Amino acid sequence: MLSDLLQDVLDEGLQLLGEHLVLVLSSILIAAAIAIPLGVAVAGSARWRGVALGIANIGQTIPSLALFGFLIPIPFIGGIGQHTAIIALVVYALLPILRNTVTGILGVDPAVRDSAIAMGMTRGQILRMVELPLAAPTIISGLRIATVTTVGTATIAAAIGAGGLGVFIFRGIASVDKVQILAGAVPAALLALGADGALGWLERRWAAR
Amino acid sequence: MSVVEFRGAGFAIGGRAILNNLTLTIDEGETLVLLGRSGSGKTTALRLINGMILPTSGKVLVGGTATSQQDLVRLRRSIGYVIQESGLFPHFTVERNIGLVPGLEGWEAARIKTRVDDLLDRISLPAKDFAARLPRELSGGQRQRVGVARALAADPKILLFDEPFGALDPVTRLDLQREFLRLRAEFRKTSVFVTHDVQEAMKLATRIALLHEGTLVFNGPPDEFRRSTHPEARAFLDVLNEARPHE
Repeated sequence: MLSDLLQDVLDEGLQLLGEHLVLVLSSILIAAAIAIPLGVAVAGSARWRGVALGIANIGQTIPSLALFGFLIPIPFIGGIGQHTAIIALVVYALLPILRNTVTGILGVDPAVRDSAIAMGMTRGQILRMVELPLAAPTIISGLRIATVTTVGTATIAAAIGAGGLGVFIFRGIASVDKVQILAGAVPAALLALGADGALGWLERRWAAR
Repeated sequence: MSVVEFRGAGFAIGGRAILNNLTLTIDEGETLVLLGRSGSGKTTALRLINGMILPTSGKVLVGGTATSQQDLVRLRRSIGYVIQESGLFPHFTVERNIGLVPGLEGWEAARIKTRVDDLLDRISLPAKDFAARLPRELSGGQRQRVGVARALAADPKILLFDEPFGALDPVTRLDLQREFLRLRAEFRKTSVFVTHDVQEAMKLATRIALLHEGTLVFNGPPDEFRRSTHPEARAFLDVLNEARPHE
């Protein structure tokens, strides 16, 4: 009887952990796919850099629960469920990735960039062979910050029916059940620490190359 | 036969002239030293040769064709370029740095390896000890040697040197100047060398072009430069005389 109950809790926990991972990974992948190319494109122009960072900054200043609320009534992209949550998490993850991509590209020694041009590299070759590898530790640092933040913010996504570890937390708060709250909060915290450690290791490895 | 020709070439930024109406030819096999004070336009003149910048007036011809009419990527790959602090890619090994332009030009890996090993031997940095090192694992002088090897890698007709030894200590600098002369005798490349050091200019040049505030004020061999009466040339010669040991 007890073992059946434990098995049910474990099954639900694994399912919610899976949903949480889907929320985090898809949000980070989409945000990276937008923010890294955008950062590369705007890095060279002070004006466009300001516009892009300004817009990303506005997205991040909106409180997370309010952003979920704003998105729900919007046709096509809104509604209750996972896709609305992913859109909100992408908006949140954009700024650190964009900012670090811009910082990383601008941080490349101008003499090295000049040398690459003088060697006869094309714009694409300079980006692929020089700028992105040298900016990579800074970009990975942005991904790390975005991932850790998204793991935490994704727990609030349960409020709009997106699932994830936040389901345990909200249910625990509603029923004043500390065990349920911890069943959501502890794995979320461990997930954040794990992501921080793994991406921090990758960042250090790349920087040491 | 002239390899590079400046025909009334000028360069200005925001209405401010950096280089005025430069007319100058550089012949095959010679080492032209562009001498001048900081801001005299010598680096601008150098960068006009490999199309890093294009003239805002007049023309610069390389191999008989104006740089403005050339494919700049191809032009730059055909000209070796060495800058202060070498400009080596910090994330590339010595081998990858030297083999870069041959790689961009589509050479086969085995040919690149042979070329890199040969060049490393010629600059007294044996491949077995240095090929796998990163630039940060080299001394300043070794980095400059690798910079020279990289410039020579694709066997360019022209080599450009933008104050390559400016950041080195005097002993290493002298050592590399001797190495430059040795390599010049060995490779017989047309070289354009920028410096503000008159001693270096007198030692390395087959011809000196003195620039003053963006204008060419002297153009001739070092022994003629020594007899020049132009005030700017005299100012540099005073430096040379002051630097001479007391006899």
